[in-house]
Amino acid sequence: MNKPLEHRHAAHCETGVMSAMLRYHGLEVSEPMAFGLASGLTYAYIPMVKINGLPLIAYRTPPRMIIHALSRRIGGLKMAFQKFRKPAQGEAVLDRLLDDGRIVGLQTSVFFLPYFPEDMRFHFNAHNLLVYGREGEAFQVSDPVFSHLVTVDRPSLSKARFAKGALAPKGLLYYPAEVPAEIDFNTVLPKAIRFTAKINGKRSPVPIAGAKGIQRVARNIRKLVDAEERYAHLYLGHIVRMQEEIGTVGGGFRFMYAAFLQEAAEILASDQLAEAADEMSLIGDEWRLFALMCARKSKARYDDTFDSIADQLDKIALREAELFARLSALESK
Amino acid sequence: MKIKDIPQDKAGSLGGETKVIYAESDSGRIESSETNGWEVEEIVLGQALDEIKRLTMDAYQRARQGKTSALEFHMYHQRMDLPMLAQAVGRFQWMVKRDFSPYRFARLSAEKLDGYAAVLGIDRDTLKQLPETYE
Repeated sequence: MNKPLEHRHAAHCETGVMSAMLRYHGLEVSEPMAFGLASGLTYAYIPMVKINGLPLIAYRTPPRMIIHALSRRIGGLKMAFQKFRKPAQGEAVLDRLLDDGRIVGLQTSVFFLPYFPEDMRFHFNAHNLLVYGREGEAFQVSDPVFSHLVTVDRPSLSKARFAKGALAPKGLLYYPAEVPAEIDFNTVLPKAIRFTAKINGKRSPVPIAGAKGIQRVARNIRKLVDAEERYAHLYLGHIVRMQEEIGTVGGGFRFMYAAFLQEAAEILASDQLAEAADEMSLIGDEWRLFALMCARKSKARYDDTFDSIADQLDKIALREAELFARLSALESK
Repeated sequence: MKIKDIPQDKAGSLGGETKVIYAESDSGRIESSETNGWEVEEIVLGQALDEIKRLTMDAYQRARQGKTSALEFHMYHQRMDLPMLAQAVGRFQWMVKRDFSPYRFARLSAEKLDGYAAVLGIDRDTLKQLPETYE
């Protein structure tokens, strides 16, 4: 019989699943903590990858990275992963794990999950959810981005797990094989924060990530003046959608990272981190304002121009660069 | 952002669900809180859906006139585009595009049709036909 699972509504699927899984196994890890420990915050402008003909802009590390980073950072945590060639195999293994009383994380496609509202069902193949039991052919699912528990029938779940295309889940399932009794926050927190600060700040290895990536997008926005109007509006809307889609209300994960910094500040009793948390929260507000300006522009209601929108982005880039420069010098206790 | 500043614009696209957002309480702690949608999000989402709709409508009309196959219509109708569909069936884009020809599409093997139908999440008979009306 499965131990009862505490369902907690989360902002993002992957961190939500990992937080729920670790909490289930006795490690008190909140969602922002999971996000921060995994160094999930980033910014990347990837023009080579197109989504509906528009460039990919990421506000966090790629799917599955949070799970992998967590199992690397938290000493003693071992995650078991399994992919399948045949759906029948994948279904059988999931059934067996559930019957053994495990809770299992799954990668799925949003489009085939019946409990998603119609307007939110896009072909996005990297949605994570948690299965905690089954009654006959109905699977009991704790989807962290929903406020309540849901059930999914077998055919839908199978379709969602074996959807094809970019980031195809291939039936991926995962569960912790070994969980440590506690986490050594004193060493792992500064490490995780410095890592995030370095990849996003001055030491960013490529010109499309971090502050430089933001500035590059700002330059592209300035160029929209000469573009066809429909394209320009789609482009702006697209940037905002990449910022929103995964449910961050404009903050592009900055608010969640601020929550993490605050938690870290309390654990390490660090004033520097407490200040950083406040600054990160303010940066989140700037991102919200940027999203608002983009949306207003496409409705042509206000007199925002491409230049003013780009200026806003440049401002954000500077503030983030400065904050990350300070955080990358964070000292270990 | 303060908790009281969290937008609550009752977005239709969320279908009554809520989303979590981290915001500052009065004491300055950042906590998880909920929103039922933000107008800005609704605008840009609507934009994306309108664009898909425009492409679907366009494909529907061309399919009616016999200028393209039902495949193109169903592709957009299931919210996919050419690169996505090609990747999903594991073929090159030009190979999928070739099947937009009504002549070729009518002669596709059952196997190929099933391949398309499976990734689009519809059955073979639906895939072969255009609906009576589309709006």
